[in-house]
Parts: sequence; structure tokens; C-alpha cells
Amino acid sequence: MKDLIWAIPLFPLAGFLVNGLVYLLGHRTKGAPGLHDPDGEQPAAESQKDRGHPHAHMHGEIHPRRKTLHTVVGTGSVALSCIFAFGAIFDSGLSRLSEGAVHVVTLYRWIPLGVNGAIGQVPGKVAEWFVDAAFRLDSLSALMIAFVTFVGFLIHVYSVGYMGHDEGYGRYFAYLNLFMFSMLVLVLADNFLLLFVGWEGVGLCSYLLIGYDYHKKSAADAGKKAFVVNRIGDFGFILGIFGVFALFGSLDFGKVFSAAAAAPAEVTPYMTLVCICLFVGACGKSAQFPLYVWLPDAMAGPTPVSALIHAATMVTAGVYMVARCNVLFRLSPDAMLVVAVVGCFTALFAATIGLAQNDIKKVLAYSTVSQLGYMFLACGVGAFVAGMFHVLTHAFFKACLFLGSGSVIHALSGEQDLRRMGGLALKIRTTYLTFLVATLAIAGVPLLAGFFSKDAILAAVFEARFPSAPVWLPRVLWTVAIFTAGLTAFYMFRLVSLTFWGVYRGSPDQEKQIHESPRSMTVPLIVLAFLSVVGGYVGVPIVHGGDRIGEFLSPILLPIAGAHGQEHHAPVSLELLLMGASVAVATTGILLALIWYARGNGETPARLAQRWPGVYRAILNKYYVDEAYGAVFVEGLGKGGGRFLWDVDATVVDLIPNGAAAVTRASSWISSLFDQYVVDGLVNGLADTLQAGYRLFKSAQTGHVQNYALVMGVGIFAIVAVYLVFR
Amino acid sequence: MTITINHFLIVSFLLFTIGLFGVLVRRNFLTVLMSVELMMNAVNLNLVAFSRRLSSLTGQVFSVFVITIAAGEAAIGLALTISLFRQRKTLNVEEASTMRG
Repeated sequence: MKDLIWAIPLFPLAGFLVNGLVYLLGHRTKGAPGLHDPDGEQPAAESQKDRGHPHAHMHGEIHPRRKTLHTVVGTGSVALSCIFAFGAIFDSGLSRLSEGAVHVVTLYRWIPLGVNGAIGQVPGKVAEWFVDAAFRLDSLSALMIAFVTFVGFLIHVYSVGYMGHDEGYGRYFAYLNLFMFSMLVLVLADNFLLLFVGWEGVGLCSYLLIGYDYHKKSAADAGKKAFVVNRIGDFGFILGIFGVFALFGSLDFGKVFSAAAAAPAEVTPYMTLVCICLFVGACGKSAQFPLYVWLPDAMAGPTPVSALIHAATMVTAGVYMVARCNVLFRLSPDAMLVVAVVGCFTALFAATIGLAQNDIKKVLAYSTVSQLGYMFLACGVGAFVAGMFHVLTHAFFKACLFLGSGSVIHALSGEQDLRRMGGLALKIRTTYLTFLVATLAIAGVPLLAGFFSKDAILAAVFEARFPSAPVWLPRVLWTVAIFTAGLTAFYMFRLVSLTFWGVYRGSPDQEKQIHESPRSMTVPLIVLAFLSVVGGYVGVPIVHGGDRIGEFLSPILLPIAGAHGQEHHAPVSLELLLMGASVAVATTGILLALIWYARGNGETPARLAQRWPGVYRAILNKYYVDEAYGAVFVEGLGKGGGRFLWDVDATVVDLIPNGAAAVTRASSWISSLFDQYVVDGLVNGLADTLQAGYRLFKSAQTGHVQNYALVMGVGIFAIVAVYLVFR
Repeated sequence: MTITINHFLIVSFLLFTIGLFGVLVRRNFLTVLMSVELMMNAVNLNLVAFSRRLSSLTGQVFSVFVITIAAGEAAIGLALTISLFRQRKTLNVEEASTMRG
């Protein structure tokens, strides 16, 4: 079955094609008479009852048989992927994978470019240049496909309920399947170029799904914003790929990393450049500091999309890529430092914005940005295992949180504003309990998933060493990180308090319609909540043999023994101390949120906001980053630069065409004179000559035969006379 | 007085001149045709006379050819005459000057 890993992405691709074609065909014949047979009235009646759906404005009901087809194909293809993924993993064997088994399935030679020995600067270069369409199953990609297909499947199931009454049901599932295909290509790719194909594919699907409600300008704009911002990152990424190729003469993971492990020290400066380019790509996709602005806006998409793409899977692609290239990053301590600092800053920055947001999804979005920062911080300090561990646990609890928020929005007829929620705990009990479990997990409450992964990161940051940075820097990073952990706990419990506790603050109309979501939505919530509890036990610290994920990923993510130093392990007592500190901070955050919001009805934070209005407004307005980007890039560089370029064009560049035009006009004037007098003169002269000759000779043609005969006779006479005289 | 070749030539010359004059001067198409016949007969007379003088039959054979051709010419000429008269209701050759430049 491990030879069938190429089939894992192909199932969703087939699903995309079927769903897309059926949707397109159905869309064209929509409203045709006879399409709605009497059996089909049942869901229509249901949808009347269920007005409160966030997409209720698109109320064209689709044909029930077609809907069943979309459901079966959409979720079934992902289910098959999931089965094949787990089949491949168990076929390869968990123990063999954790010993470093790599299974590559080459489908075909994608880009053969023949032999070129001149490419590649580093010893161990490859003489033949080619790119294969090849998939790679090792412990890292095994981890990724396992949780991507599984969480993806759950979210597909959830979407069946959430999107059930949407007219674009088929379109939605087509996009979602296409996303699964791209994401699986991304994580299974065996070379940088194929990874880039998947990378762009998920970017496209992200764009399509953010702008799913394309008739709403905000959604369409958010999609465009995500696409454009990602373009910047992708440009860096592709430069990084060029750099990798220039250095190693290959894009194949195996060849590049084995060559990099043996690379001499001279390549380090180049490596720094390449790694920073790759990291720019990761910044775009994973929403890190300068390029994070698209992710909060991406919440314009349907909530399951936010859960799948903008929380659990796609945005972790950057972390995956950095972890995949850990061999390259380890070569460049400076690039690692950049990754760590950017990640740490993003974590804090986004967490502070999350404190004051009033949209339930926006809070979760900034939380996602913040958690992604954590993951990069882990990668930056060399704890790639901890970073990937956090990717895994974050996928569980953040997907659960997003799906839970979707369930809340569903219950409240599309209401997303926290100020009009409250007191929902008893009304939507399943959603509340799962949401609470996931919140405890993300807040870092001991023995839940987030606790273990966050703790692994904090421990690694505390122990980090940067050769080119001051010794106190890791301590600063650690302090910021643990402070961010406290902020996370605080804003998450603020979210829970405002949503589920206290009294209901919305309109009575909505209150009457509050209802628990259908089974297809609650079951994924329960499964994800369960995983948020137990997901951390794959990486239990201190206990001997408890760190199973570390062992599993070690062949890919740990430095090759003896090459660049050994992994440093903290003493148990220090680890316990750090753990205690993080628990204390998390507890403080939770308690503060409980006191301020659950008991104090938010009076204390309101007073604080009044005392420091500037700070409050800055946070509420997300530090005016969007406005700054708008002023600098859109207005300044875009429009102002456009005007400047216009002026340059009009004055400098146009000199050339204008001069050329003047020269052309002068030469054409001369040419016209020549034409008028010389050429026309010749032609007219010839005509005049001919005309004169014609006047002369035409009188000879009298038309009288006798004249001709006379002339002929006279002529004969004359010739004979001449002959006779001059003989 | 013996009749020498000179006499033949003089008669022939007179006939040819009369014919040429008729062709050039007369207006009636039929007369013009007859004048052409006259000129050809003058030539025939010349040929026969020289045939006798030079004891060669070539001239006589040639004159037979000329007579044959003259018959054809007369036929075509008369056909043209009829055609011309049908077109113009006249045989005046001065009227037939459509080809004037």
C-alpha cells in the first residue's frame, strides 16, 4: 500500500473534477422546469425552518439527488485519501519510519533537462538535471498526511451540515476537494518544485474559498488581499528555490539535504540568503509578521474553510516547509535567528491584537497568527520537533475552536459579534463543552494537548543558543513567549466568557431560533475535542520513552549525528521549573479573564481602556498596520508611484518616441516633395507625351479604306522611286 | 507590226492604272470591287506575257492561282457588299468610316 501514496492526493482531485462538473452542469440548468420532483420538497421545507443560516441569502435549493452526490463524492474522496494515507503509513511501519525509512514513489520524469555538470557549487553536485513527479513518504510527511487527511475529513463532514442549505454546495465541495489535493501534493512532494505546485495550489484554493461569497465585496476583496500578499511571499520562496538549485544543482529533497549536510563552511553566507528567501515564502503562507495581514481578513470565507485552511492545515505549510528544510536552516544560524525573532514577535503582536477584537472569528484568527509565530519560534531555535508537534496539536484544538465558532454562528443566525452573544452554554451544550475543552487545550492547561507542545517549545527556547546573538536573547524570547502564553489564555477565556457565559445580549428574534447544530457538525466537534485532550500524549516530556513524536520525527528533524553538534537536553529539574512557570502564567491569564469578564462583566477592562485610550485604540485597530500598508503600498507606492512613473513616462520616456516621430515627420516631408515633383513629374510627363502623340497620330486614322490604300500606293511608289534612283 | 512584250506591258499598265484609280477614287463599293478585279487581271496579263517571253510555265501556273483566289475574293467581296448594304442602306464607302480615330 505504501506504493500507492500517489493515489492519496488523486482521490480529492477526482472528487474536485466530479463535483465541479456536476455543479457546472447543474448550475446551467438551474430553475429548469421539472428539476424539482415532489420528493425533493423535504429539504426545502427544512430550510424554511432554518432561516438562521449564515448563507441564507443564497436560497436557491439544489436538487436533493445532486446534493447527495456532492456529499458522497466530496467527503468520500477525502475518506478514501485518509484510509490510503493511514494504510501507507502502517504498511511502511511506524517503527521503520521512525528509524528513518524513506519511501519515494516516482511517477514519471517531469522535467528532464539532460546532463549539465556545470551547475552546482557544492561538492556532491548532481551531474544530471531533472525534476521528477515523485512523492515521498517519511516520518515528517507521514505525520502531515495523517492529520491533514483526518482533520480534512472531519471538516468535510462538518461542512455537510454547515453548508447544507447553500446554493453553491457543489462549488464549495469542489474547491475543498481541490484544496485537499493541493495540500497533499504539498506535503508528499519529493522536491521543491512539486512542493511549490502544491503551495500555489493551496494558495489558489484559499483565494477561491475566501471569496466564496463573491457577491459580497468584502469577501472578494479579502480573497484578493490574501492572494496578493501571498504573491509577495511566494516570490521569496521561488527565489529560495532558485538559490537551492544554484547551490546544489538539484531540487530533490534527498539529494539537496545530503549535499547540504556535507557542505563546506563557505556556503554559509549563501545559505543564509537562501534560507531567508525560503522563510519569506513561509511568512506569506503562514501569516508571519510583515505578511500576516491577509489571515484575519480571510475569515470572510465560510467557517469550515477558516478551520481547515486558515487554521489547521494550509497555514502550517510554511512551518512544514521550514521543518522540511531544517538541514539547510541549521547551516545558517543567522537565518535561524531571523526565524526565531520574527516568530516570537508575531506571536506577541498578534496575541495583543486578539485581546480587543469583538468578532469571534477575528479573535481566533489572531490567535492562529500568534500560534504560528510560536511554531516558527520553535523552528528558529532549532526545535523543529517541537514546532511540528505544535502544528499537530494546534490543528486539533484550533480546528475544534473554529468549528465550534461556526456552530455558534450557525446557532445565532450568522451573528459574529461577541457583544451580542453570551449565555449560550446551556442552549448549545455540545458546542459549549467541545469549545471549552479546546480552549483549555490552547490555553496550556496541564495534561491537555496544547500544554505539551507549548511546553516543548518554551523549554527549547529557554535552552537555545545563538552564536551570533547576545546570550540574553534566548531569555528575552522565552520571556516574550511565556507572556504570550498568558495573553493566549486570557483572550481565549475572554472569548469563552463573552460567548457562553453571562446573559444573552443579542436580539430576542435571534434568541428564539438558537438551536444546537445537526449531528454532522457536532460529531466532528466531539472527535476534535477528544483529540485536543489526548493529542499531546504523543509527546510527553521527562518520562522516559514518552516523547514518541520526537523519536518518530528524529530521522528527519534532528541534526545528523556529529555534523553540527548534538541536541541539547535540559535537566529534568529545569524542565519542571519551566513547566511550572508556564502553568502559573496560563492560570494567571485564565483567572484574570474569569474575574474581569465572567464575574465583572467587563467593567475593569473598560476602565483600563478609558485610562489608556491610545493603547486601547491602537490594539482595537490592529496597530493600524492595514492603514499603514494602505498608505505606504497602495496609496504611496501603488498610486503615488504610479503617478511618478506616469510623469517619468510622459517627460523622459516619451522623448524617445516623440523625437522619433519628429524625425519621421521631417523625412516624410522630404519624401513627399520627392514624390510630388520627381516621381509624379515622371509619370505625368510620360502621360503628357503620350497624349500629345496620340493627338498627332489619331488624325491619320480616318477610317476611310481608300485613304489607307492611297497612302500605301504613294508609299510603294516612293520606295520604288528611291530604289530606282539610288540603285 | 509584230506584237512584242512591250505592248502587253503597256496594256497591262493601263489596266492596272485604271483599276488603281477606281479603287482610290470611286465611292461605290461594288465599283471598287470591280476595280480590284481589273488590277488582278492586269497582273495576270503581265504574268502570262512574261511566261511566254521567258518560255517558262511558272507565270501561267501562277496566274491560274490568281484567278482562283480572285474567285474567292469576289465571293467574299459580294458577301461584304450585301452585309454593308443591310447595315447602312448604302454602298458609299465614305459612309463606312466607323474606325476613324
